[in-house]
Amino acid sequence: MSTGHEAAEQAPNAGAYVLHHLGNLNSAGHPQTAIVDFSIINFDTLFFAILLGSAGIFLLWRVARVATAGVPGRAQAALEILIEMVGNQAKGIVHNEQSRRFVAPLALTVFVWVFLMNSMDFLPVDLLPALWQKISGNPHAYLRVVPTADLNGTLGLSVGVLLLCFFYNIKVKGLGGWVHELFTAPFGNHPLLYIPNLAIQIIEFMAKTVSHGMRLWGNMYAGELLFLLIALMGMAFPSLPIFGGSLLWLGHLITGTLWALFHIFIVVLQAFIFMMLTLVYIGQAHESH
Amino acid sequence: MEQVFGNVALACGLIISLGAIGACIGISLMGGKYLEASARQPELMNELQVKMFILAGLIDAAFIIGTGIAVWFAISTFLK
Repeated sequence: MSTGHEAAEQAPNAGAYVLHHLGNLNSAGHPQTAIVDFSIINFDTLFFAILLGSAGIFLLWRVARVATAGVPGRAQAALEILIEMVGNQAKGIVHNEQSRRFVAPLALTVFVWVFLMNSMDFLPVDLLPALWQKISGNPHAYLRVVPTADLNGTLGLSVGVLLLCFFYNIKVKGLGGWVHELFTAPFGNHPLLYIPNLAIQIIEFMAKTVSHGMRLWGNMYAGELLFLLIALMGMAFPSLPIFGGSLLWLGHLITGTLWALFHIFIVVLQAFIFMMLTLVYIGQAHESH
Repeated sequence: MEQVFGNVALACGLIISLGAIGACIGISLMGGKYLEASARQPELMNELQVKMFILAGLIDAAFIIGTGIAVWFAISTFLK
């Protein structure tokens, strides 16, 4: 799925190719070396996430504006199916009518947004990076196009959901009620159990948030890497005699197509799961023990 | 350095393979139960299918997270 411009021009080894594609366009100008570094901002993740978020909202707004009560067009029908699906899931999980007025549209937005961000994986892996290298005039410019294959992007989303959970906990139970729950659930109301209860609650919130974000990231990161490896396979064709080389080239087309087809399933499923977990976590914030 | 390479390779293999064993057993148990349930009550098939896919994604999570981390280790060690 890749033409490998970059490799043809400078003929780097496989490792340099993959590493270069896993480097973000960030404020440091080189890929991040420390595991945690809050001083670096990944411009590419931010740019594509905001761009796709706005595109998704714009698309929904356009369809909603021309919606009719008569015979719906195809776009309207598709959107109605989507809204009904999300609405039904929200109804089954969040039992508070008033919160649902905010949470159901939130779930729809999350689904559309995550789906669009995941879909960036379908673009050929070298297309946008090569374009960016041409535009910026720097043949070594870094660019990653899949915001959800960047751990910062997915953890950002899941931390947003965590903050919403805190908000609804406080809103539904009151600050006092929530603090009471933090210290008395799940083991029971006894002074000796306050500390274990709080520890379990903290672990629960952390596990939820981390697994929420990392589940999406892991899927997209592994998928992106497989696309890179497939592109490498196609790129290796000049290194072999004509028969073996054309087999490699053909192989990269076939495996790339197969993986892209399978990836459609993963992309939709992961977006759906992200949305469901958002609903489930916010729904849990409404339940009192 | 060779020893570090070997250890990282072994560790990545273990992370991915043990996770894969768990995920595969989980998915196969669930798939079998789904087939049994839908043979018993075919009218519930569509409803159960949606739930099965969600659960498949959830079962996969630990394995996929492990794979992501293992691949990350492998890349940062071998592709320097």
